[in-house]
Amino acid sequence: MANMQMEKTPMPEQEANVRNANFQEVALGYTLEQAQNEAQRCLNCKNKPCVSGCPVGIPIPDFVGKVAEGDLAGAYQLLSDANALPAISGRVCPQETQCEGKCVRGVKGEPVSIGRIERFVADWAAENGIANVATAPKNGHKVAVIGSGPAGLTCAGELARMGYAVTVFEAFHTPGGVLSYGIPEFRLPKAIVKREVANLEKMGVDIELDMVIGKVLTITELFEQGYEAVFIGSGAGLPMFMKIPGESLVGVYSANEYLTRINLMKAYKDDSPTPVLHNKKVAVVGGGNVAMDAARCAKRLGAEVHIVYRRSEAELPARAEEVHHAKEEGIIFDLLTNPVSIEGDESGHVQSITCVKMELGEPDASGRRRPVVIEGSEFKMEVDAVVMSLGTQPNPMSYDGTPGLEKTRKGCVQADDHGCTSCPNIFAGGDAATGAATVILAMGAGKSAAKSIDAYIKSKG
Amino acid sequence: MKKYEIAAKKVLTPEISQISVYAPLVAAKAKAGQFIILRVDEEGERIPLTISSAVDGLVTVIYQKIGGTTLALDQLNEGDCLQDFVGPLGLPTHVEGLGRVAVLGGGLGCAIALPVARALHEAGNQVDLIGGFKTKDIVILEEEMGQACTDLHICTDDGTYGYHGFVTGKLEELIDSGVKFDHVFAIGPLLMMKFACKLTKKYDIPTTVSMNPIMIDGTGMCGCCRLTVDGEVKFACVDGPDFDGHKVDFDEVIARNATYKEHEAKAKEKHLCRLGGGAMNG
Repeated sequence: MANMQMEKTPMPEQEANVRNANFQEVALGYTLEQAQNEAQRCLNCKNKPCVSGCPVGIPIPDFVGKVAEGDLAGAYQLLSDANALPAISGRVCPQETQCEGKCVRGVKGEPVSIGRIERFVADWAAENGIANVATAPKNGHKVAVIGSGPAGLTCAGELARMGYAVTVFEAFHTPGGVLSYGIPEFRLPKAIVKREVANLEKMGVDIELDMVIGKVLTITELFEQGYEAVFIGSGAGLPMFMKIPGESLVGVYSANEYLTRINLMKAYKDDSPTPVLHNKKVAVVGGGNVAMDAARCAKRLGAEVHIVYRRSEAELPARAEEVHHAKEEGIIFDLLTNPVSIEGDESGHVQSITCVKMELGEPDASGRRRPVVIEGSEFKMEVDAVVMSLGTQPNPMSYDGTPGLEKTRKGCVQADDHGCTSCPNIFAGGDAATGAATVILAMGAGKSAAKSIDAYIKSKG
Repeated sequence: MKKYEIAAKKVLTPEISQISVYAPLVAAKAKAGQFIILRVDEEGERIPLTISSAVDGLVTVIYQKIGGTTLALDQLNEGDCLQDFVGPLGLPTHVEGLGRVAVLGGGLGCAIALPVARALHEAGNQVDLIGGFKTKDIVILEEEMGQACTDLHICTDDGTYGYHGFVTGKLEELIDSGVKFDHVFAIGPLLMMKFACKLTKKYDIPTTVSMNPIMIDGTGMCGCCRLTVDGEVKFACVDGPDFDGHKVDFDEVIARNATYKEHEAKAKEKHLCRLGGGAMNG
């Protein structure tokens, strides 16, 4: 008989007014007892609606069932067979729109907290030195993966498991892509990313850092070196700006720059050689997960922080939990507000941001109600920094000039749902193919592309 | 040789040194005008440096000891390895079929002007290389520059060597004497490039500048190195570092490059303390 408790078992977390001044992880994870209690809320539905909501197809009721029984090793086996990076997805997936969004328990009350249970199982395995690194015997085929973000790592892990010799080329000095430079330590500790990468290395994946494909080697040259297939998982690309006056003043950051300084280069530490401005009052423009991350970082560096977003709360693209955490930590939400210019002082430093108030009109192409400017609503807010978190546009550096490789109208790699491109031996997935999306969708794309690569190489005989 | 090993190190002046780093993949692809990003150690900052030359698997870069990172870099000697050495980044300088060109190098900028002049010269252009320094004692790369151009003009601010005055003065002198330049390259401190562009604008000579804003990734991901060119935002790392000098908003770059001035000063001080009481100040 299932545990009929209506709400999710709460997960312990750092107090909001303590954590908003440190970079340690916010959510502390379930105890075994809490995890089992939560797992027992699963009804083990026959048609498994949750699984249909999972981009990597985790057999959710099965692994949750194992946790309920207390068989954690069994749970980890099931989970890690389907998902190469469970400690990561358990922390950063937007479960409310995926597995948990389909959970029958969510109809009346809260859904089963699948993400928290997933995280618990992955962390338990790590603490007990258990890693699912078994691979099929080496099959003698070489595959190159461009980018070591969630798409590339997942693709590499899947292929290594099948027996392929995989080399991952990473442009940065640290693997992980957005998991390392983008998502902050307090949401995804970098030790976890390192651990997941180390597991891939145990599976024989070779990770080559400091390799900017397109510059140091081209895709054509990778084929000449004997790689039989190439997966492009190079990520989202160039940060966008609003094209309003004042965007190049000192103190205006793209979210990518701000987060890279803080997360990858550790600029939040006093002794870090890489600097970041410590501001008094920061406006973060945008409403996605990246905006929430930037806002919460600025708060931790001591600023009063405003999220400036042109639509209303209902349209915020960020995960519900991120918005909730940001609010708890004292981030101020200036909704239905849109910047029109940024003003600087005589030395070129940001002094203020001028915004207008918006109201929601008719739905636009995205199905969301279009924000419309309220005439005469212009106002000025004094700030000393602005972080632009408006999304990205494709960076074709790694694949530009590859013969026969088609791009989308926007400049992404043209790839189908299986990761296949216009070239039979080139595959792509994640933000490089779709434009900016989520970690789990990139992982799903990496997994499907691995299947396509396997099918392609086998078909060559 | 080991990955990123310093194969050779040469002190050019008390402030400026040159290192040749073993990075065969980078060396094989490097072209004039491109740059690398390096880190000295595991916690280190990423700094961009322009490629001075690339032969036999070795990439040569020249640096000035101005901040914590370059001071830390200077602690390394032949046989030591850098943590990271990434490149070649940015777009190569366009050197084909320009005709008669002047290449202006200011101070450390001569280290960057040198490979550009060499490439222009090798591509068959007639090259006047004008290298400017504060004073005679800190003239660098004179021999190398001499070999990389048709005519070399050294200038010193104080008149202790060569032409007495700024590189812009020498350029104007050449123009006034009847030399018709088809293109000018200005490479050096921002102010020098700004004034060079002012001058060439007056004479309506197309001018390329090599921009050196603050960078992190160097691949277009962060947008830190953005500058305004002809009213549009460009990223120096992927759209440059070369731009049409008549269209660059120099004042904006000057302000942006001073963003971390305080941090830089502190980092330098801290580093000098660690070395024992400012011994490196000379």
